[in-house]
Amino acid sequence: MLHKSITGAGDRYNVVVIGSGLGGLTTANRLARSGHSVLLLEHHHQLGGLATWFKRKGHIFDVSLHGFPHGMVKTCRKYWNREIMESIVQLKNIVFDNPQFSLTTTFDRNDFTGILINKFKISQETIDNFFNTVAAMNFYDDQSMSTRELFETFFPGRDDVHRLLMEPITYANGSTLEDPAITYGIVFSNFMNKGVFTFKGGTDHLIGMMADELVKNGVTICKSSRVDRIVTEAGRVRGVQVGDRFIEADSVVSNSGILNTIYDLAGKDAFPAEFLDKVKTVRVNTSSCQVYIGIKKDAAIDDIGDLLFVSTSEKFSSDELLDMHTRSRTFSLYYPKTRPGHNRYTVVASMNGRFDDWDRLDESEYETEKQAMIERTLVHLEDYIPGVRQKIDWLEAATPKTIHRYTLHTKGTSFGTKFEGLDISRSIFKAVPGLFHVGSVGIIMSGWLGAINYGVIVANDVDGYIRGM
Amino acid sequence: MTIDEIKNVVLEIIQDIDDEADLENLNSGEALRDQLDLDSMDFLDIVMELRKRYQIQIPEADYPQLATLDSCVNYLTPRLKAA
Ligand SMILES: Cc1cc2nc3c(=O)[nH]c(=O)nc-3n(C[C@H](O)[C@H](O)[C@H](O)COP(=O)(O)OP(=O)(O)OC[C@H]3O[C@@H](n4cnc5c(N)ncnc54)[C@H](O)[C@@H]3O)c2cc1C
Repeated sequence: MLHKSITGAGDRYNVVVIGSGLGGLTTANRLARSGHSVLLLEHHHQLGGLATWFKRKGHIFDVSLHGFPHGMVKTCRKYWNREIMESIVQLKNIVFDNPQFSLTTTFDRNDFTGILINKFKISQETIDNFFNTVAAMNFYDDQSMSTRELFETFFPGRDDVHRLLMEPITYANGSTLEDPAITYGIVFSNFMNKGVFTFKGGTDHLIGMMADELVKNGVTICKSSRVDRIVTEAGRVRGVQVGDRFIEADSVVSNSGILNTIYDLAGKDAFPAEFLDKVKTVRVNTSSCQVYIGIKKDAAIDDIGDLLFVSTSEKFSSDELLDMHTRSRTFSLYYPKTRPGHNRYTVVASMNGRFDDWDRLDESEYETEKQAMIERTLVHLEDYIPGVRQKIDWLEAATPKTIHRYTLHTKGTSFGTKFEGLDISRSIFKAVPGLFHVGSVGIIMSGWLGAINYGVIVANDVDGYIRGM
Repeated sequence: MTIDEIKNVVLEIIQDIDDEADLENLNSGEALRDQLDLDSMDFLDIVMELRKRYQIQIPEADYPQLATLDSCVNYLTPRLKAA
């Protein structure tokens, strides 16, 4: 059953899931399907977490539907349903445009190979070696090599090649050239191998189908229900506190940020000291800014590509991408084909960003910076769609503070934590039996595919725990 | 359960995971991964399904023992004797 508030919740469940991001939704679905009673609590009035959308003046804006890897097809079939799988379609025109190169690609291994040979004059052998090396990387490999070192090994001194290979990944998960090469390898092999995909019908359609599936599988869902505390007793989980309601549970799965879960929800006192020492080393990842652009009802724009990685910065650097005044952004184009029947055009510009840069501004500086970001974005968009300004009837911006307000995540992180967060997330139930974490962590478990797959992995842990009780 | 019954259970679970898997021509001594389109997530599904059906807990350290059909059967035989 789907309820608008906590009043719909019962008093006891096998599992309480805190948060309805893609990770939380998937864990809830898996556990319900394997026979457990599940309560899913979401603080917002809408499900989906960062997989979200909002409506303005006849427009529907998608926040995080810019593209995901081919692996989503199998994952959605196995862990959701065929209807969801069948909504997945490829985005075939991916554009790069910066002072170092301009090209259009289908974003798969064959096409990248052709481009690297013909445009960048790299030998077939080097490219094959590179692809094979990253494809063989896995979680258990040595973590000391950085992505920069990996690139230097295969493409020494070629910062144009580094840019082509790194820029999309930085947008996808906030990682930089200094992060472990294995995180790059794992994500790259998923992402830049078989193309970029999206959901026909939009995020609202997807989350609607997921909610139906959860209800069908017997999950009780309560929206507008913010968990205040995870209640532990004698070192193990007892349940959750939501306002004045205590709900008992054998296990609690938190889809809240890993640091929020430890410091705010369970509280330091619930954990052994050695565990807390490890938690102190966890760095949260960076955040995002977006500009949402709505095109007037009767106006149309030409097809300039589906996803554009554009920059006027001479060289690629992770710091430049994160700068408040970055000259690099992605444009996601939503043509009427995105939502058949809803014949509107929208454009969403996304940039990486740091929470502290925005948080330190006072109210009027914040507004001024937001307007300036919108203006820079429009100037940039006009390079690709001349005269677009006249066609716009909605403009709005989001910053790391918006993301923080919406998800409650520490420093508004868009992509969870750096690599070290994964071990904390994976081992939290050893520190406090019955307490689990799911959701973006460790770079590799982020993005739509990462969050859903991680939801499956955590569901297996929870199932093992409950059946072993 | 007999060895044949265990084998059938494993094949049935794989077929549930991937209804297009070609199980007729499977070589039971060769890695499942190399013959079918199985990834690490699929192995997790097998583990979860075995736990659901027979209440057996397979620790992560033992996953490599599920690599081939034969090794699955060897691993599961003592654990499913009473099932
Ligand atoms: C701007 C942007 C663009 C992106 N674009 C893409 C893209 O194109 N492709 C892609 O694959 N990925 C993209 N991502 C990343 C992707 O959206 C996320 O990795 C993924 O959706 C995160 O899922 P999650 O399970 O970690 O949970 P989240 O989405 O982070 O959700 C957590 C949920 O928990 C809830 N919650 C937190 N605390 C509580 C509490 N105390 N009580 C109740 N509920 C609580 C929150 O309200 C939220 O709903 C993008 C992210 C951003 C920010």
